[in-house]
Amino acid sequence: MSDEAVASAEAVSGPKSSTVIRDGLWDNNVVLGQMLGMCPVMAVTSSATNGLGMGLATMAVLIVSNALIASLRNWVSDTVRIPIFIALIAGLVTLVDICLNAWLHELYKVLGIYIALIVVNCAVLGRAEAFASRNTVALSALDGLMMGLGFTAALVVMGGIREVLGAGTLFANAHVLLGAHFAFLELKLLPESANTLFMILPPGGFLTLGMLIAGRRRIEAWRERVAAESAGCVPGAHAQ
Amino acid sequence: MSAHAERLNAVWYQGASLGLVAVSITVALAAAYTASREQVASAIENDTRQTLEQVLPPGYSDNNLLKDVMEIRDASGEAVSVYRARKAGKVRAVLFAQHGNGYSGRIDLIMAVDAEGIVQGVRVTHHTETPGLGDKIEETKNDWIHRFEGKSIASTGAERWAVKKDGGVFDQFAGATITPRAVVRTVKGGLEFFAQHRDQLLDGSQPKGGQ
Repeated sequence: MSDEAVASAEAVSGPKSSTVIRDGLWDNNVVLGQMLGMCPVMAVTSSATNGLGMGLATMAVLIVSNALIASLRNWVSDTVRIPIFIALIAGLVTLVDICLNAWLHELYKVLGIYIALIVVNCAVLGRAEAFASRNTVALSALDGLMMGLGFTAALVVMGGIREVLGAGTLFANAHVLLGAHFAFLELKLLPESANTLFMILPPGGFLTLGMLIAGRRRIEAWRERVAAESAGCVPGAHAQ
Repeated sequence: MSAHAERLNAVWYQGASLGLVAVSITVALAAAYTASREQVASAIENDTRQTLEQVLPPGYSDNNLLKDVMEIRDASGEAVSVYRARKAGKVRAVLFAQHGNGYSGRIDLIMAVDAEGIVQGVRVTHHTETPGLGDKIEETKNDWIHRFEGKSIASTGAERWAVKKDGGVFDQFAGATITPRAVVRTVKGGLEFFAQHRDQLLDGSQPKGGQ
């Protein structure tokens, strides 16, 4: 199929599921690709467990908000779409907050601080605007799931690096978030004397994020080179 | 232009749709709040009970702590809720909340003091200390908070009720002195509060509305 045919097919039925999956997990990763939601990313990644909690809570909201907005997309006028999206997302997050507090109180005590932070995560609004407002409900929910998974993975990796170097542990207190069955995840990797406290403090967050973004670009550049070489082309010839 | 597209462009439609969304969300939130109010209140009461029970050794008391509460003004005029733990009607210990200032904000804790002025337990209920450093005051992260148990100002001496760096008996953490110092001081303040109101606190009379 030529590129044009693919493009016109997309205009009718939206992107393919495989594209959505690859976008969310790697190509357009919320943290490492789009660089959205930096506030919660910096704030909670002092440990892998915190990153996991924030990631899962955000993923849940992303799936529901994407599906909700996609279902309303034909009735929302372009002019007022942003306030409508914001109202829907903020309302949804508050609803989740109230319901968790009442009916899943134990989980709420662990996730409580993260839930309010989700409202200010511009990745949620970003997906509503860039994807859910122009695709089907099912595809938007899939996009929410994949973006959420990519976000969670980035947060866990970042939290893991900071936690191992900063506190010498990995997934400490995972049982508080996931229940006693997951206590086996909690590892002690480095002695206390080897801890670099700097890594758990805010500067360590910036450093880790910078390294991860640089690492992802390195891999991307390498992949491009390999693809160009195998196609027998001059590197850079296909830029644009 | 189709009728639908025309409607989307009409100002009345835009205003009305925005208003409708706002009203629906308000109604949904109000409904959720009303439906969950009792649940939340009972969950919070449960939390308080659990926190109170944490600072007492198991089987220490046989009364309902939440029902046996009195309010006392401390030295700064702040009202402190004091819960009394009884066994067979006799007050064995009193539980109350205290707060102090840590490295990066207020530290709230709850403590139990028995009739002899000996600390039975302390738990930090809220703090904003540095993760990995100051948060070792949490019971789930470190057993440091248990060091207060069995100690009284009489047993250590008022001077020695301090962190080791200040010549006291309590460990500080590597790289963090301010946080444990604040907790040690706050607990000391609680013991002084207890000493000041000892007779009133240990008075065995039942609270109003009790049997």
